[in-house]
Amino acid sequence: MVHFTAEEKAAITNIWKKVNVEEIGAETLGRLLIVYPWTQRFFDTFGNLSSPCAVMGNPRVKAHGKKVLTSFGEAVKNMDHLKEAFAKLSELHCDKLHVDPENFRLLGNMLVIVLAGHYGKEFTPDVQAAWQKLVAGVAVALGNKYH
Amino acid sequence: MELSSTDRALVQALWKKLGSNVGIYATEALERTFQAFPSTKTYFPHFDLSPGSSQVKAHGQKVANALTLAANHLDDLSGALSALSALHAHKLHVDPANFQLLSHCLLVTLARHYPGDFSPAMQASLDKFLSNVNSALASKYH
Repeated sequence: MVHFTAEEKAAITNIWKKVNVEEIGAETLGRLLIVYPWTQRFFDTFGNLSSPCAVMGNPRVKAHGKKVLTSFGEAVKNMDHLKEAFAKLSELHCDKLHVDPENFRLLGNMLVIVLAGHYGKEFTPDVQAAWQKLVAGVAVALGNKYH
Repeated sequence: MELSSTDRALVQALWKKLGSNVGIYATEALERTFQAFPSTKTYFPHFDLSPGSSQVKAHGQKVANALTLAANHLDDLSGALSALSALHAHKLHVDPANFQLLSHCLLVTLARHYPGDFSPAMQASLDKFLSNVNSALASKYH
């Protein structure tokens, strides 16, 4: 189980309270689909993903990005109980969605990069380190029920 | 992954913009790597790793010089990085998985300092460039 110090929790929540989930979620998912184009395999039905412009402007990408990041908010609220918090979602991603857990690591790192772009001055190395711990914990939690 | 002409143009344009600051950002990337991924510190037991360390700064400049070399030899990364690959494989014994950790922190650093230039297309090209650098660095491993 991941343990977060008080300083790490503060570093995470201080950034999280500034996050516009819709905006950051859309950007994170959009960039994932552009930088790692094979991740588009899960989004066949999303329509036009043929260029960076198309991806970033795609309303379904935006909506799904918001959904994903809203769910990430649960991680921020449950830092001490990530595996329990994501148990159901883990089963879903394995049994129904068939998502390779490697994608959770890619998405987590993408979120860190997007946050760095938006909150530059505050996203110091120690703040980044706290967030890396969180995204790694979420990736492990989401992969935890795979069989 | 092969770099398209767009990838090359974007990477070289950014490198030009970074100019003599590549060393500063490579140093920051190293600092971020040590903090976010503490296992990477195991390769530097002989270094002072505290903030502002002159040893980390000097090493950052070395990394920067290698990346600039790479950016100027996109047609032959294996050749350009051959000696560095041999060094990391045979002398330094660095697990190649660590190259990706530094690359990630370099992207974080560039996103933080150049958010206006860090479009999704730029990020995609940089990511490809750094992946190719890492592959070239791992090429002499056996």
